[in-house]
Amino acid sequence: MNNLNRKWLILGSLLVLAALLIAPFLLKNFRVFQITLVIIYAIAILGLNILTGFNGQFSLGHGAFYAIGAYTAAILMDKFGVPYWATFPVAAAVCLGFGWLIGFPALRLAGHYLALATFALALAIPQLLKYKLIEGWTGGVQGIVLPKPDAPFDLAIFGQRLNSDRWLYFVALIVAIIMFWLAYNLLRGRVGRALIAIRDHPIAASAMGINLTYFKSVTFGVSAAFTGVAGALGAVVVAFVAPDSFTVFLSISFLVGLVVGGLASIPAAIFGGIFIQYVPNIADELSKSAPWAIYGIFLLTFMYVMPTGVMGLIRKIWEKAAHRHVDSDAAAQP
Amino acid sequence: MEGFIHQVVSGLATGSIYAAVGLALVMIYQSTHHLNFAQGEMAMFSTFIAWALLEKGWPYWAAFFVTIAASFILGFVVQRLFLRPVEKAPVLTNVIVFIGLLVIFNSVAGWIFDYTIKPFQSPFPKDAWFSTRFFSAHEVGSMSVTFCVLLALYVFFRFTPVGLAMRAAAQNPDSARLVGIRVSMMLAVGWGLAAAIGSVAGMMIAPVVFLDPHMMSGILLYGFAAALLGGIDNPWGAVIGGLIVGVLENLLGAYVIGTELKLSVALVMIVGVLTLKPSGLFGKVVVTRV
Amino acid sequence: MKRRVFNIAAAAVAAVFAAAPVIAKGKYDPGADDKEIKIGNIMPYSGPASSYGTIGKTAAAYFKMINEKGGINGRKINFISLDDGYSPPKTVEQARKLVEQEEVLLLFHTLGTPTNSAIHKYMNQKKVPQLFVATGATKWGDPKGHPWTMGWQPNYQAEGIIYAQHILETMPNAKIGILFQNDDYGKDYVHGFEEGLGAKAKTMIIKKVSYETTDPTVDSQMVELKASGADVFFNVTIPKFAAQAIKKAAEIGWKPVHYLNSVSASVGSTLKPAGLDASKDIISVQYNKDPTDPAWANDPGFLEYKAFLAKYYPEGNIIDALNVTGYNAAMTMVQVLKQAGDNLTRANVMKEAANLNMPGLPMLLPGIDIKTGPNDFFPVEKEQLIKFDGEKFVRFGKVYGR
Repeated sequence: MNNLNRKWLILGSLLVLAALLIAPFLLKNFRVFQITLVIIYAIAILGLNILTGFNGQFSLGHGAFYAIGAYTAAILMDKFGVPYWATFPVAAAVCLGFGWLIGFPALRLAGHYLALATFALALAIPQLLKYKLIEGWTGGVQGIVLPKPDAPFDLAIFGQRLNSDRWLYFVALIVAIIMFWLAYNLLRGRVGRALIAIRDHPIAASAMGINLTYFKSVTFGVSAAFTGVAGALGAVVVAFVAPDSFTVFLSISFLVGLVVGGLASIPAAIFGGIFIQYVPNIADELSKSAPWAIYGIFLLTFMYVMPTGVMGLIRKIWEKAAHRHVDSDAAAQP
Repeated sequence: MEGFIHQVVSGLATGSIYAAVGLALVMIYQSTHHLNFAQGEMAMFSTFIAWALLEKGWPYWAAFFVTIAASFILGFVVQRLFLRPVEKAPVLTNVIVFIGLLVIFNSVAGWIFDYTIKPFQSPFPKDAWFSTRFFSAHEVGSMSVTFCVLLALYVFFRFTPVGLAMRAAAQNPDSARLVGIRVSMMLAVGWGLAAAIGSVAGMMIAPVVFLDPHMMSGILLYGFAAALLGGIDNPWGAVIGGLIVGVLENLLGAYVIGTELKLSVALVMIVGVLTLKPSGLFGKVVVTRV
Repeated sequence: MKRRVFNIAAAAVAAVFAAAPVIAKGKYDPGADDKEIKIGNIMPYSGPASSYGTIGKTAAAYFKMINEKGGINGRKINFISLDDGYSPPKTVEQARKLVEQEEVLLLFHTLGTPTNSAIHKYMNQKKVPQLFVATGATKWGDPKGHPWTMGWQPNYQAEGIIYAQHILETMPNAKIGILFQNDDYGKDYVHGFEEGLGAKAKTMIIKKVSYETTDPTVDSQMVELKASGADVFFNVTIPKFAAQAIKKAAEIGWKPVHYLNSVSASVGSTLKPAGLDASKDIISVQYNKDPTDPAWANDPGFLEYKAFLAKYYPEGNIIDALNVTGYNAAMTMVQVLKQAGDNLTRANVMKEAANLNMPGLPMLLPGIDIKTGPNDFFPVEKEQLIKFDGEKFVRFGKVYGR
């Protein structure tokens, strides 16, 4: 039984991998663009999940880190001619620093107070980006237009060329795989357990010797770094940054994606990304007079049907299926 | 000097707007231990109901009280229909439901009433006896109304059995049930009262800022800041917090940092205060026993 | 001999007849054919800028009316409008959807400066017309750099210059205070205004304060402006804040010479809520007819507009000046398509857009025309100085602009 399961798993993974590699050549350019955005949002939501899902620190302001990552990439590309792929680690480092710094006051705040503080950060960022003293760098309200990178080599599959959109899809995919792998390794072992312990029983955790200050502030930093990398990717793919791209609603969208996907789960981020990318489009098609209301109805429906997110629902179904399997196994034995 | 006084006065006036919204948030927190992000939009919707009644020719105070009653029912119904299914769900699930309600109310208001700004009547005539050199009649009037609501809230929670039952239901639902309190009903009543307070806030705010579906979007954040600064479980704190936020913002904008950064700086200062006093200026400090 | 000529002639005629069914009715690019013309549009129907969504709905209603009257040169307009929530990344996505999936012929009247900036390069790379962009930013009239993009309304900087010139002419020693929205729209106006004042800008402008759209009121800013001692007030705000500013100025007893930007110069949307008395003597410029101005109550152009709204867009509010913009821009679009005739390639549409010579529109002020040329990508440039007399706007002074 185990061997069969393993074989199915490997076969399934290979199929998924093949699909991911071939898909961009079967789809129209703009669909590839949409899927790339899903990947980018998934990375951002993964960052938020590390902080809020695994470590229990509310953040309503992750849009701020996305913005910082995006502008870091944009300024490096625009003012210093740095190639796009080199901006990603820089954006990660910058956001790591910022997030870690913000982690300090966050230590003292809990629950709603932390939510307000991070919300305030998300609100302040667009205003700061427009500030005239740094306008020379940030482009002020007009933003910065970026060149769209081309593929470094030529390739054609099914007669479709490896154009800019497809190339960026693969770049995003590679970055996503790296980030997800990093997160998996980070959260799998002692660190992951420490974070969850801090989330559920902070006093017991510190009694056990876990250094709360260190873990909480570093988690903030790491979480910010993840979302910052997503922001940098976003800047490259959209080829434009402006303060209006990073309003409070972006932070709220990340939170929505987090909860809809499922807390404390790495694959959940993918479902979150799919939700926040496509549901507004569906709402738009259903109603021009009140599209936001349709979006709200989607939110409510998802929360009623799956209060623990998509991954929560999947887990429940999986457990039920496994339970029945065990039962039937048990029943089969005399 | 006159300019300074004007700034402080104008800050107090705006601050009382934040205070009113903050009170509604304190109400909802005291009864449910949740912060309702949709509070502002519900208040805006209630104000539109009042506006519609006034357009039909109703006298002001009739429309005022009918709106309060209608808002109570609205809040009650919203809790029963939309919040009850997620009562036992994790906090963040509730937050997403609040966000869903926020966008629904905003969008529906825009659809029904459209986006042009509408003047809203003030019940306090311009040249009333209580208008002073620095405060307009409406400002004095709405601050008094806010103060009355504050007193009513304080008395309600402190001295009435229903208020006590509500606080118990929010703080310790299981024990409250054991004592015979219908927790679920308390939550619904709490929502109804918060919506009613919100509608009062909306009707006081609209004459100053003009009524449109986005009226409360900016104010909600300041209401949150006010409530949290003062301590989320303290109605007095919310009012004082609101006044502080209003004055601070104005003074920062006029004398310290200029209007282009005043939002950021004000928020940074609030966060700074919170790090020094994590439960707010007047909030109860909760000490957990190990 | 005659017989041979006759044979050749007969063969030629036969050939022409045989080839006739192969010749299509016109020349087309993706988005146009014998039956329809696909027009794409992106508006903020959701989010904080949702009040502007009504422009898209007015345009949709107008195209519906044109279709019911038989379309343009026998073709119906298929108007596809998508929501971007005023978020530039979403605008990029929707623009690509319209161009690559829906294969529209052109994008019409897309709204917002950052949103249009995000797709500016893309549209020009793809050589798809980005026509009659719904913002007043100055950068859309750039035929050399971006030959596929064109604005519609008079740009904000030009309007700022008009006010500056008027002040220099009438009050050369004025002390000016400015209230502006802290975004591209506000800053563009201020930039033009300062440019118009030239060297005297530094000495004449004694106070500049900004506000964000998330600010609940601008009361504090108004108090600051009064305290500065300014006697001229340049008010760059959207209707909600303009009304607040006018009301507060009256309350605190500040009576400067008040220049209000055209975005908010509407009797019904701004002045009436603010108080007609408080709004007396406000100066602005206008190019659209204000549907709430009693001066036009019996004007045939206005009555036609009113009937159109009642029949095709009944939920639309007659006092909303935004609807007039959508109406006028849609009319201009129809004119361009009419001029293009059966040659509906994107290049030809752009050529006709740069070849407009309309003496006016029913809902444009008298004297305001729409002219474009290969080096003039600003269709509406003329603006008329107006002053509010407590009841309506009275035209005075001259019509500025080319």
